[in-house]
Amino acid sequence: MIEINNISKWYGKFQVLTHCTSKVDKGEVVVVCGPSGSGKSTLIKCVNGLEPFQAGEIIVDGISVGAKQTDLPKLRARIGMVFQNFELFPHLSIMENLTLAQIKVLGRSKEEATAKGMKLLERVGLAEQAPKFPGQLSGGQQQRVAIARALAMDPIAMLFDEPTSALDPEMINEVLDVMVELAKEGMTMMVVTHEMGFARKVAHRVIFMDKGEIVEDAAKEDFFGKPRSERAAHFLSKILNH
Amino acid sequence: MNLSIFLEQIPDGDGTWLQSLMSGLGWTLATAFFAWIIAFSVGSAVGVARTTDRRWLVFLGNGYVELFRNVPLLVQFFIWYFVVPGLFLPVKAWVTTLDPTQHQFVTAVVCLGLFTSARIAEQVRSGIQSLPRGQRSAGYALGLSQRQTYRYVLLPMAYRIIIPPLTSELMNLIKNTAVAYSIGLVELFFRTREMGEMTFRYFEAFAAATLVYVVIAMSANRIMALIERRTAVPGYIMGAK
Repeated sequence: MIEINNISKWYGKFQVLTHCTSKVDKGEVVVVCGPSGSGKSTLIKCVNGLEPFQAGEIIVDGISVGAKQTDLPKLRARIGMVFQNFELFPHLSIMENLTLAQIKVLGRSKEEATAKGMKLLERVGLAEQAPKFPGQLSGGQQQRVAIARALAMDPIAMLFDEPTSALDPEMINEVLDVMVELAKEGMTMMVVTHEMGFARKVAHRVIFMDKGEIVEDAAKEDFFGKPRSERAAHFLSKILNH
Repeated sequence: MNLSIFLEQIPDGDGTWLQSLMSGLGWTLATAFFAWIIAFSVGSAVGVARTTDRRWLVFLGNGYVELFRNVPLLVQFFIWYFVVPGLFLPVKAWVTTLDPTQHQFVTAVVCLGLFTSARIAEQVRSGIQSLPRGQRSAGYALGLSQRQTYRYVLLPMAYRIIIPPLTSELMNLIKNTAVAYSIGLVELFFRTREMGEMTFRYFEAFAAATLVYVVIAMSANRIMALIERRTAVPGYIMGAK
């Protein structure tokens, strides 16, 4: 579904990604972790072309992301993305946030888009918030709306860029619950997160990144059981021992 | 102060001084209205261009803003009125078909419109750049094109944020119409000065003009404040209060 082949990226002379290679199969949940500044957010933003890369190739559902002739908006419409800071559109109601791209990109009618939006809001437990505005919701609620907004496009895969990092601790679980449910339904997911509990519960594979490189790319059991690299072991010991 | 002066007939014209001032007010409002349309549309386009990732658009936009911001308004009026028709023959050909008042009016509208547009472009740019970077990414990630992302995501918030400086710009534009007096447009200031010179009632004339300018500028201010309240986003905190 998502193939990342030998990606390298530079900001000026500074190399942020070095020969990154990995893949996410259909229905697979892959967690990407690593210390801050390791390039994990940059990597996931390369997958839907939000960040350009200078070398290598990313293939999503048979389409090359970096190729000049690729219709990026069309490709992005098929990949859902959830951001660290939610990025709901503040001037639109919750329902309008869910229907905007359905109507403008997919060409659905307003009724159809609203019905779809309502179904997804119910699913994330926020149906009664439909007429409100993002600023009137808590962080956890906003992030659940953001997930619903991405799902409204019927994506073939979902990208999560640190979806719980900006949340207060008591709100993290309500968002993770939605993600766990999504994973159990067989959604293809690539998740940048520090939530190792989530990784243990639903991930198939875990990728560990450090200094722009993929240091470890292993099945979940192997990663938590016996990390092969010293850097991954060190990272795990730091975030798991408290 | 003798208010009856306003009802006296103008020696060499028809109507009273009050009518003369009102006719000047009409030109002032018409100039400000059409100049604002130009300023807002051109300013928005240039402001947006300066926030895109096309380097040549940013370069052109920056040049445009520098050009119009760095030359005094009075000088710009003279350039548009006396120099531009001489430089561009089609403009000259067209201008000669107009009567002098029309020529002055068109010049004033274009000159004030473009002068103000450069300032609005700067505000639109800063409004867009004040939004979190993730807003643009979120628009793109949903499959919106660049144009749609500006239209539905970035500009609605950017305009809301820049309503206060836009208000100042509108008020400045209204007051700057007085400079059109320099090329002979018979707007409010022109009529006021004329009245002062012909009657020596400078105090009454300028008291009236001052009052009228204050009323228009304040009305513009109130209208913008109303728009600001009407478009306020529920739950969105705009700055510290």
